[in-house]
Amino acid sequence: MNKRLLIVLLIGLATLGVGIVGMIDRLSNGLVNVGWGTPVPWALWVVFYIYFIGLSAGSFLVSSLIYVFGFERFEAAGRLAIFTALVSLLTALVFIVVDLGRMERAFFIYLRPSFASPLAWIVWLYTAYLLLLLVEAWFLMRRDFAAGRQTGGLKGPLYRFLALGTREDNAAARARDMKVVRVLGAIGVPLAIAFHGGTGSVFAVTVARAYWYTGLFPLMFLVSALASGGALLTALAAFALPNGYRRHKDLVIGLGQLLILLLFVDVLMEIAEVLVSLYGTAPAHFIPIHDQLFGPNWYIFWGLGVGCALALPLLLLSTVGRKSALWAGLAGLVSAIGFIGVRWNIVLPGFAVEELPGIGQSFFEPHWMYGRYVPSAMEWQVTMFGIGLALLLFVVGYILLPLEAKEAPDSAPAISMEVGT
Amino acid sequence: MLENILLRMQEDLRRALAKPVADRHWGMVIDLKKCVGCNACTVACKVENNTPPGVTYHVVIEEEIGRYPNVTRRFLPRPCLQCQHPPCVHVCPVNATYKRADGVVVVVYEACIGCRYCLAACPYGARSSDLGQFYTVGQTPQVAAYDLQPSFEYGREWKRDPAHRWASPIGNARKCTFCLHRLEKGMLPACITTCIGAARYFGDLNDPHSLVTRQAASPQVMRLKEELGTEPSVYYLL
Repeated sequence: MNKRLLIVLLIGLATLGVGIVGMIDRLSNGLVNVGWGTPVPWALWVVFYIYFIGLSAGSFLVSSLIYVFGFERFEAAGRLAIFTALVSLLTALVFIVVDLGRMERAFFIYLRPSFASPLAWIVWLYTAYLLLLLVEAWFLMRRDFAAGRQTGGLKGPLYRFLALGTREDNAAARARDMKVVRVLGAIGVPLAIAFHGGTGSVFAVTVARAYWYTGLFPLMFLVSALASGGALLTALAAFALPNGYRRHKDLVIGLGQLLILLLFVDVLMEIAEVLVSLYGTAPAHFIPIHDQLFGPNWYIFWGLGVGCALALPLLLLSTVGRKSALWAGLAGLVSAIGFIGVRWNIVLPGFAVEELPGIGQSFFEPHWMYGRYVPSAMEWQVTMFGIGLALLLFVVGYILLPLEAKEAPDSAPAISMEVGT
Repeated sequence: MLENILLRMQEDLRRALAKPVADRHWGMVIDLKKCVGCNACTVACKVENNTPPGVTYHVVIEEEIGRYPNVTRRFLPRPCLQCQHPPCVHVCPVNATYKRADGVVVVVYEACIGCRYCLAACPYGARSSDLGQFYTVGQTPQVAAYDLQPSFEYGREWKRDPAHRWASPIGNARKCTFCLHRLEKGMLPACITTCIGAARYFGDLNDPHSLVTRQAASPQVMRLKEELGTEPSVYYLL
């Protein structure tokens, strides 16, 4: 195991260790120790849920550039992208399940769904997407499972199991596998747009919250998912692939240039939203934006949202990141972390305005905190549990799975478009 | 006068209960001129439904007008408005909330997964999340009896137990039901009977002879956030 992986593993274990304290509290005492409540029903865990769902959708859509649209330049990051999409999806689901008041009833969405609710739709779509990801990942790595049957240690038996009885490892089998991957990738593109646009619609259809209730909202959701996923992949290509930014210079810089485009579209939407909302006087539109920019949590917008997610990466990518894969990778890392702030500012400002003016002062009890939500220690701990779990899943998968195509490239022979090279 | 109004509404209620459920439309009119902001309705609701900390079905919103010492106050009592097009209902992913034939929006505690989408979707802040808290358990040496008393919502006995924070209604969304459990026994909602100024009217809006319908027919009524198309069953008499 190399040193970098060991560090990530240790960070993952430490985070998980702290997180378990919160998880024990969450499981034994329920929601007693959360900082949110009736006036702010969706909070930190929902922020991280949409953050990870966005990373998943974004990584998957970038992977489809390779497997569906034939961007061979990004080839080396393909499996990593699919794997990242899988880990992010599972992490997102952990966050949303712990957020439920009655998490043991989560499966009710399968038993008694109401398809009038976007929430029911997206859960069904996540399920389809999870299956698609698993099957696509399998076809992508099958030949390595088949070839690695005789490897020593843990990998041999694991690969023998994962190969599911298949043995072929020749050009014809590879071509067939990659054709399946291409078809699955093509099905996955509208699926990813649907489930992530759907996640945006969960917010956008609530007529009660003017901040969310716009047609732009699901689109912003999609664009920022693509940007955050692209950013994470740029960072992973630079720092997770063996000798990443040295060996895959072209790939990392290429992903960085793609990220410029994605971030630029995101900036455009952000500006449109901010300017239109600030222009009027209607409090339901004005206050959520005004509070983000100038309220007590201004640093989340300016520091994380604008600085880390958008401005600094754009600056780096358009200067030093054009030549240096290291800088491009760093820009991706900063941006991917900064998007946590963007996610916070998607959820919480929705509750910045009292439903009826004065309702916040009409009642005084714990958790009646209109506009004064601060995450509790237990919420942070559970969040660390989720992040630790993601890191651990990633490291374990990274060690055990063939995330780098060995000899021959993955791309299907049928694709000969040399776009982006 | 007070007794007359209550007796009249009691009589209206009896008449409505004789009809099939689908022919009733429970509604409320609150006379804002008569409201003095005493919060007796809020307290009665707390007691009747035994709601825990952070859960309240009813609030009285106050607004101060003018600058001290030349001030006056305005009050807006807000139960659940029992919308005829309730935005909270469609968003529920598991059909755990629905509008009854008589217009009351109810929660099926046994089905609610606690996603709180309905809380986010309500334009009036009328829904609460039961986080499993108690007023005195773990707070004071002596646990107060009211903390452990059951509520009788939906005609059932709901016991909240600090040792079992996985039992409904803990973890669920909760809301005002116009005291459905009282209505079905022929009693007016708790906030109606307790109002010291007789500022609240309740009854069947489908009955042209009921007191509530007469009040709702006044040209002086308004409903909250009409522009959202939610069609509340609660009217405010200005």
